[in-house]
Amino acid sequence: MRREVYRGIRDVPAEEYLAGGTGLCGGCGGLLALRLFHKALGPNVVFSNAAGCLTLLAVFPFSPFRSSWLYTAMASAPAGAQGLRDALDVLIAKGRRPPEDDLQVVVVSGDGAAHGIGLQSTLGAVHRGLDFWYFCYDNEGFANTGFQTSPSSPRASRSPTTPASAAAPGGNPLRKQDLFELWRAAGPAYLATVSPSHPLDLLEKVARARPLRGPKLFLALASCPPGWGLDPAASVEVARLAVQSGVWPLKEALHGEVRHTAVPHRRKPVEEYLRGQERYRHLFEPERRDALLAELQAEVDAYWARSE
Amino acid sequence: MTRELLTGNAAAAWGARLADVDYVPAYPITPQTEIIETLARWIGEGSLAARLVTLDSEHSMLTAAGAAAATGARVFTATSSQGLLYALEMLYSVAGWRVPLVLVNVSRGVSAPITLEPDHDDVLAARDCGFLQIHAATAQEVLDSVLLAHRLAEDPDVLLPVLVNLDGFHLSFTREPVEIPDVAAARAFLPPYAPEHARFGASHAMAQGVAVLGGSAYSFFRYQMHLAAEAALERHEALAAEFAERFGRRYGLLEAHHLDDAEHVLVMSNSMSGVGLAEVERLRAAGQRVGLLRLRVIRPFPQQELRRLLGGRRAVGVIDQNLSIGKGGILFAEVASALAGPGAPALCSFVSGLGGRRFQAGEFDRMLESLRRAEREGGSPEPELLWTDTEQRRIGELLRVAGRGFGEETGGAA
Repeated sequence: MRREVYRGIRDVPAEEYLAGGTGLCGGCGGLLALRLFHKALGPNVVFSNAAGCLTLLAVFPFSPFRSSWLYTAMASAPAGAQGLRDALDVLIAKGRRPPEDDLQVVVVSGDGAAHGIGLQSTLGAVHRGLDFWYFCYDNEGFANTGFQTSPSSPRASRSPTTPASAAAPGGNPLRKQDLFELWRAAGPAYLATVSPSHPLDLLEKVARARPLRGPKLFLALASCPPGWGLDPAASVEVARLAVQSGVWPLKEALHGEVRHTAVPHRRKPVEEYLRGQERYRHLFEPERRDALLAELQAEVDAYWARSE
Repeated sequence: MTRELLTGNAAAAWGARLADVDYVPAYPITPQTEIIETLARWIGEGSLAARLVTLDSEHSMLTAAGAAAATGARVFTATSSQGLLYALEMLYSVAGWRVPLVLVNVSRGVSAPITLEPDHDDVLAARDCGFLQIHAATAQEVLDSVLLAHRLAEDPDVLLPVLVNLDGFHLSFTREPVEIPDVAAARAFLPPYAPEHARFGASHAMAQGVAVLGGSAYSFFRYQMHLAAEAALERHEALAAEFAERFGRRYGLLEAHHLDDAEHVLVMSNSMSGVGLAEVERLRAAGQRVGLLRLRVIRPFPQQELRRLLGGRRAVGVIDQNLSIGKGGILFAEVASALAGPGAPALCSFVSGLGGRRFQAGEFDRMLESLRRAEREGGSPEPELLWTDTEQRRIGELLRVAGRGFGEETGGAA
């Protein structure tokens, strides 16, 4: 992707709308991605939040945001966005609020609430053509409750609900549900994947989506030190490896047409990405699971074979 | 002011129209659907300047309603039965956001078995969530209560959402003459909503619905809701007086009929109390000193007023059109707790009207007999489940058709 607004690191806005010192875990990839996302959006934002890790950002009597925040429930943050957007539109149209009081409406949801329980209200909002942003921090599990397997958890990762056991030595037997494609089928104006390891790519995507009216959906890889079993200091590097190995493709779809924004032509081996993470340790110890590792590599290769 | 024949549903829609609501999040469900269809038609014609959006569920509908109210819009929405249960999580949430909005519930029994006809197990499942509840018995009262409910919800001493209940079918689909107030008079009673406390906007950053840590902070906010609901008792009386002055119709927390000399009192709610009133008047004509008390504002529960009106009676019977499985009538328990103490009347609990069950001939006479017995022998918290031999026989026939006769060989038709 040719970046037109955010060409270099100096173009990253210096303004902070999301203060540090929150109660979140050190090295949270989701928080870093949201902080960047907010920089590109600017200050006039109201978040409609679904239950998840980031719900703990605003804890009475504190909020780290210079913008506004509404915690809704697990299932219906997009419906909250609908009410916020509609009320602002109606009140401004009736002259009860000045146009400069308008806000951009943003759903903030983890993958646990974005898949399954929250997918209905998401698809409803997209179907209605709601003019809103959706920021999903995908840490690939129900991280806030102790990292149980979600529909977004990758195959062969392990968690307290899909432990690597004698009965299931490979951990989670299910493939990661493809939220990007589910969303794309609903027909949003814009959707993209982003990663905290690629801030300019993330910021540029916000700039590209900004002129569009309608649903603008972002799926952010959220490297999760406690859930994935990482040193917090390695969080961004692991997210980068996800991109470089081709496990987490950076892409966008403008009115449905998919384009990769950073194609790793010489992809690093998937194993290199998996190795540093506690949630995949059973693939390497006590013995290497070569067949399963080969399958995981083949899945990534097949994705890129289809895409290139 | 005009006078028209309106269904209960149309009266609810007129209430929203005269309240000049800004926003109507919607989702269809029988028997409520006529309300949102009517509003959609008026919005299309330009006689109501609101936005109606059909959401993907009642859960989403209530979320959108609360979020819009938190932004400063006047919000009206409606549902029934399964829809109310589906939205229940959000009823608790938006009440906690302390945003005023009005939700009409058109009562319908809840599944299983699935049914369309009315009882109050739906609305009473939302009893504890922080929505105030006004239960209306006539189409006129539905319209008036929707106007009153918006004013009460927006009162700075209250700031809680209000649910207005009307019975499905018996009230939602029957026509009654209704006085429709003039727009100017309605506006004078209910001026445009201009919230100071809750209004998302670029000039006014705020965080709503945030987490708390620890029981004290949580208790503080929940106690605040309770105190606001209690304050709504006095506020309702003041607003009802103002409403009566403007429109000539007076609504109390409770509605008393023939209580002056009544020794025995039946307590009822909603449209079924119309049947109760006819029966009470029949019994009075036969020389019985019996009265009727209709519960109208059920949240907040008017305990003091109830004690004032029922203290010192010989016996009181509560007819519940609901059933807390394993306990009995829900409103009986509430009335009994309000009356507990020295001088309390003997109490009886009756359950009828589930899924629209109609009173059978002679049942009010038998309930009065139960009250006399309670007066002599003491009351009982055990509910009498109203049921007749005729019904037993009819159900027996249906069970035989289903291959499940009482005490009979069912053969191979399991």
